[in-house]
Amino acid sequence: MKALMFGWEFPPHILGGLGTASYGLTRGMWECGDMDITFVIPKPWGDEDRSFANIIGASQVPVAWRDVNRDYVEQRIGRVMDPDLYYRLRDHIYADFNYMRTNDLGCLEFSGRYPDNLLEEINNYSIMAGVVARTIDFDIIHSHDWLTYPAGIHAKQVTGKPLVIHVHATDYDRSRGNVNPTVFNIERDGMIHADHIITVSNLTRNTVIEKYGIDPAKVTTVHNAVVPLSQELLDVKVEKPKEKIVTFLGRITMQKGPEYFVEAAAKVLKNNRNVRFVMAGSGDMMDKMIDLVAKRDIADRFHFPGFQKGKQVYEMLKASDVYMMPSVSEPFGISPLEAMQMGVPSIISKQSGCAEILNNVIKTDYWDIDAMADAINSIVTYPAMYNQLREDGLKEVAQITWDKAGKKVIDIYKKVLNR
Amino acid sequence: MKAISLNFEIHQPMRLKRYRFFDIGNDHYYYDDFLNDDIVTRIAERSYIPAAKTLLHMIEQNKGAFKCSISISGVAIEQLEQYVPEMIDLLKKLADTGCVEFLAVPYAHSLASLTDPEEFSEQVRVHSNKLNTLLGVDPKVLRNTELIYSDEIAPQILAMGYKGVLTEGAKHILGWKSPDYVYNAASAPKLKVLLRNAKLSDDIAFHFSDTSWDAYPLTADKYMDWVAATPAEEQIVNICLNLETFGGIHPAESGIFQFLEALPRMAAERGIEFWTPTEAIKKLKPVAELVVMHPISDADEARDVSAWLGNDLQNEAFRKLYSVAERVRLCSDRRLKQDWWYLQGSDHLYYMSTKHLADGAVHSLFSPYETPFQAFTNYMNVLADFIVRVEDQYPMEIENEELNALLTTIRNQEREIATLNKELSSARRDLEHYNEEHALRAPAAKKEPAAKKEPKAKATSKKAAAKKTTEK
Repeated sequence: MKALMFGWEFPPHILGGLGTASYGLTRGMWECGDMDITFVIPKPWGDEDRSFANIIGASQVPVAWRDVNRDYVEQRIGRVMDPDLYYRLRDHIYADFNYMRTNDLGCLEFSGRYPDNLLEEINNYSIMAGVVARTIDFDIIHSHDWLTYPAGIHAKQVTGKPLVIHVHATDYDRSRGNVNPTVFNIERDGMIHADHIITVSNLTRNTVIEKYGIDPAKVTTVHNAVVPLSQELLDVKVEKPKEKIVTFLGRITMQKGPEYFVEAAAKVLKNNRNVRFVMAGSGDMMDKMIDLVAKRDIADRFHFPGFQKGKQVYEMLKASDVYMMPSVSEPFGISPLEAMQMGVPSIISKQSGCAEILNNVIKTDYWDIDAMADAINSIVTYPAMYNQLREDGLKEVAQITWDKAGKKVIDIYKKVLNR
Repeated sequence: MKAISLNFEIHQPMRLKRYRFFDIGNDHYYYDDFLNDDIVTRIAERSYIPAAKTLLHMIEQNKGAFKCSISISGVAIEQLEQYVPEMIDLLKKLADTGCVEFLAVPYAHSLASLTDPEEFSEQVRVHSNKLNTLLGVDPKVLRNTELIYSDEIAPQILAMGYKGVLTEGAKHILGWKSPDYVYNAASAPKLKVLLRNAKLSDDIAFHFSDTSWDAYPLTADKYMDWVAATPAEEQIVNICLNLETFGGIHPAESGIFQFLEALPRMAAERGIEFWTPTEAIKKLKPVAELVVMHPISDADEARDVSAWLGNDLQNEAFRKLYSVAERVRLCSDRRLKQDWWYLQGSDHLYYMSTKHLADGAVHSLFSPYETPFQAFTNYMNVLADFIVRVEDQYPMEIENEELNALLTTIRNQEREIATLNKELSSARRDLEHYNEEHALRAPAAKKEPAAKKEPKAKATSKKAAAKKTTEK
């Protein structure tokens, strides 16, 4: 089966969980065999893993005709795209987009991030998708997250092939209910045009059904999974302070509930001084949190190391005794699974999608700071609790693999294609 | 001749309230009274009371042909006394018929038998006393918490003066043997062992209202056929059921009460009798020795103690709890002792089981907690406060032996003082007698010197008492 996937992020250059999930799922589907996947991303860097999917960079797809010779193309974009593909794509330009800001190869530029002119970039991405859809041979279209829904719809309208959209998050999660109408419309449009909708948790599934008014019959949950960690990451060495470390790792934004973490920390520190709290990450609520920490008078035990990337994340986890994710609304939340892979007991909110599949973690309501404080204290005080969660957590997370998720997605494809 | 011994269990744990770690040291009340009241009252209304009334009715109707036994934990008695006193009256009536035998059980429904022999016998003793004062009965056969039994426990039971014990007919212990005989304990040959017939017990306990069961619907007729169909030389079938089976697990509409009531008639038709456990061990001779190396119980497929002590959490809680056992026994604070018993309930450990975490089976069915981790955290918080209170009584720096020695000295002195006081008062009485006699004999004028003598005698005896105390 041949699938055309539209994505926005792809490892190793990722900004959030979307890239990790798209990568894992694609790889998992490839492991199931008999899958030919073309994955379109806005801007490849050349260091992506291409062993299991053909990666097309939107920045290298011509939308306006340019008379360029092969050597020039090879020299300009040969690192990320085969010149033959460039010429094939060029043959399928379907309208004159010279009025747009195209470059010397007739391509649109993409940042591949979340810039201020994001809506413009989404629109450009959709224009580019028309060319790709006309060029590539495929059976089904798969769009990851709202940024690529317009591209998916476009491809569907051009080719008549069925569209599956993958909801990694909705604007209700990101905004705690104050949705951006433009984003909402793009999301709902995608859902209406889709032949099938995949959500990453039942929590998200309910949002899609209730808030976007979609027929439950065409919404299926496929929970995310994790890629096993490499031995190198598992073996990272860190100096541990003598106190126990409780870690929050992620964007410091409203969605992640950082203030509940601070309040729980204040509760714990009142009775137990043998703990340090770390809030790693950055975000628009960071200054507010620093302020709150000072107000609660726990600044001597509460630290803000800033944004962590790559290996630093695993060093951070290795040094931790407890991992916390008090998200107010988390479509899935892959980070507790990573913490479990590193053998760190996790406390997660019941409002997280991953709570639906994890057993060897502690689940509390995001607002229940008493329960959180209690759980933190229990893990750092009783070795039995720590060991039980750690050992059984390692076993549990080892079972959550992407090939199982990939199998489910392939089954959905088959259903949509009536095979 | 074949007989059935029916045993009904009544137990309700003292469920703990949500107890946060910042309550440690501040709040010394641990129980969720509302929840306990609610559950006990509801189960009593739906199950215990109608079941007890049915049993009474059956005993009256069958004029001594129907007999059974009941094992009720001390903690359950306390809760029934508090919330459903009419149930206690019913138990009294049952006891008065003489057809119901009450078995000895550890007061707190604890696992003390696995770790602390002294605590085990103490709890059994307290439970027997309670039954005696409340119902006027004197248990002869012991049923340990959750039918736990092993070769190590058997001699302890015998030493407490019990002739028989009721335990699980676990397949891995019996092998080809049948549970329907009386055995004797390998480690204590004088102790007779009765074994629960798991199949025939579970047919009622689990399957009765299961419509997908191939033998559904189960009638008393059919059931007694099964009992009668066991080989003729197998003489005693022990059926152990939680009393909640009637009206609780299987609702009254399922016909479970009618089933129970019809049993004696159907048994009589087939010449099957009803015996109490004591009758069984008196009438039957043991056929063989039973060796039980590792503790067995009635729980889960494994029939071992892993339902309570199967993971790190449970073992940690268990160790911590019994680490203060000796200290608690030394002290005399009544509230502390009461908490000590309530906290020993095996149920608290059962809630921490992670065995069936994924499919959330039987364990979560009875648990007031959402997860075993929550159960552990809550319990450990309570235990931490409890241990702080024990330490307040006796600082941990003093070794147990030293403490013991000091306490013995104090107690001896107390006793000494008590005896001396007694001596003193009797001496005083003697003196008064003497004086009175003297007064009668002597003329009225001589009264004065006798009165003088009294204070003097008092002073000397006091001095003697003081001297004796310091000598000790």
